[in-house]
Amino acid sequence: MGKTFHKPEALSTQQTHYCPGCTHGVIHRLVAEVIDELGIRGRTVGIAPVGCAVLAYNYFTCDFQEAAHGRAPAMATGIKRVRPDLMVFTYQGDGDLASIGMGEIIHAANRGEKFTTIFVNNAVYGMTGGQMAPTTMPNQRTTTSPFGRDVADVGMPIKVAELLAALQTPAYITRQTVIRPKYIVKAKKAIRKAFEYQMAGKCFSLVEVVSTCPTNWGMTPMEAITWAENTLLPYYPLGDVKTPEPVSGGTDAK
Amino acid sequence: MSKVLMKGNEAIGEAAIRAGCLNYFAYPITPQSEVAEYLARRMPEVGGVFLQGESEVAVGYMIFGASACGARVMTTSSSPGVSLMSEAISYIASGQCPAVFVNIMRGGPGLGGILPSQGDYFQATKGGGHGDYRLLVFAPASVQEAVDMVMMAFPLAEKYRNPVMIMGDGLIGQMMEPVVFPDHLKTQQLNTNSWATSGMDTRNSGTRNLVKTLYLDPVQLNAHNLLLKAKYDRMNLEEIRFEPYNIESDYQVLIVSYGTMSRVCRTAIDNLKANGVEIGMIRPQTLFPFPLMAIREAASKESCKTVISIEMSMGQMVEDVERSVQGRKPVEWYGKCGGEVPTPEEIMEVVQSYITSQRKEQN
Repeated sequence: MGKTFHKPEALSTQQTHYCPGCTHGVIHRLVAEVIDELGIRGRTVGIAPVGCAVLAYNYFTCDFQEAAHGRAPAMATGIKRVRPDLMVFTYQGDGDLASIGMGEIIHAANRGEKFTTIFVNNAVYGMTGGQMAPTTMPNQRTTTSPFGRDVADVGMPIKVAELLAALQTPAYITRQTVIRPKYIVKAKKAIRKAFEYQMAGKCFSLVEVVSTCPTNWGMTPMEAITWAENTLLPYYPLGDVKTPEPVSGGTDAK
Repeated sequence: MSKVLMKGNEAIGEAAIRAGCLNYFAYPITPQSEVAEYLARRMPEVGGVFLQGESEVAVGYMIFGASACGARVMTTSSSPGVSLMSEAISYIASGQCPAVFVNIMRGGPGLGGILPSQGDYFQATKGGGHGDYRLLVFAPASVQEAVDMVMMAFPLAEKYRNPVMIMGDGLIGQMMEPVVFPDHLKTQQLNTNSWATSGMDTRNSGTRNLVKTLYLDPVQLNAHNLLLKAKYDRMNLEEIRFEPYNIESDYQVLIVSYGTMSRVCRTAIDNLKANGVEIGMIRPQTLFPFPLMAIREAASKESCKTVISIEMSMGQMVEDVERSVQGRKPVEWYGKCGGEVPTPEEIMEVVQSYITSQRKEQN
């Protein structure tokens, strides 16, 4: 019997800098598996964000660009417009995409740019050390909301998938998570679908992935999974929020 | 090719196409919106890319993304818009990607006004964005020169893998003049295989390319900056361009002036010459690298008693003129900003006043 489990070719052998219990590693792997399965590594360009995944270019083995904070969708636009044959994905966190880069992602989505965004939502700024993000939950303590997020003061967390799905341009927008194996299987399918839509030149696609940050949440990896399941998932429901085709039988959102 | 009468902004758009640049991203801003309007019609005719971005910030990164995957690419804007693009320009310089930026300057600071100015000299030559980077900066004084410089800018951006900026002003953008699009300035793009993220399939090497600007290791970041500096040093050796005017005469005053302002100075110099007064001028065609030695030499001439930097700003280039002259002769400044272009009569009066005070000192 041959080898049944191996590292995807699109993933490098370099050890990542991610913290124990962080889900970036799993998400990287899913993206790499999809790149391998579709056989597109030779014509894929990834765009790293500013945030925890700033060094993502070290972990993938395809061509990569590194963006300024929040600007990955504008760079992806530039690439796709001049080289529509390339497969382009941005990999962005919640501070990068939902705060400083909100303008870029909304307009790229609304123009229907044919690239794919992997949006990792862990409800906190990771790389800078645990500050409040636009996706931080009400009453969630962070270093810049030491008494908990006061929604009367800074508003409610932004539901990025729903916000983008409100745009009239066809798109594939879905929310997934990777905190349990059963979710990982679904997330992989969604990422593959997002890349396939791009490959077909069909639409903009975004996969929001609800993730954990044990380090900045001040929890053990197991506590973080439970907290994500009990606190994040009810507010950030999983499933397709928008598909380019007319939906038959409703979405599979919870 | 035959001569055509064109508005500066439209000629700049056409020059990009003639140079072989088929990718243009922009955001509207007065007084350069005609470039975008022209190319919105023209790019589809030549199978090129035209996209109006949502902001100058985004456009800056569209340029970065497109350039980093090996495309010949340009944007145009005006002063406040260039401020917003300056973030991306810093990244593009660090990422060592070629790109052409055109700034049709208007009055500042803040929203300022929409009339011609030269208030972005510091922004273009001393940074604008963060970190130690430089741009190769061209300053055209006519629509024809704007065309020539745009066409020259692409191969130079590719030679240095660095952004090139064309510094026009509202007058260059808005006025109509006869132009010729020289065929010899259409250039082949250099091979981008060694650095562009054009997809691994486009290369036989099997290696992947990475365009990045993050260097967490201080030793590596210093080495990266030294690499960039070596390019700027090379520009200083190979790319300085300037035009001397009436420099063979025994001029009493040396004017340093560029762009639109230099044309007014030229008229003033001609008028004074008719009255028997000799004035020389050095017109920098590149603002970075700056014609330091040419100005130093011209200022050293025995007949020259005063050097005046005349610019449509409150005195920006004068600092580089001082750096050039190094105290050999007194360096003065005259200028106006906000959209008023000094007249030849004003320049003549200013120059005359220095000549008069020189005589008084001699007596």
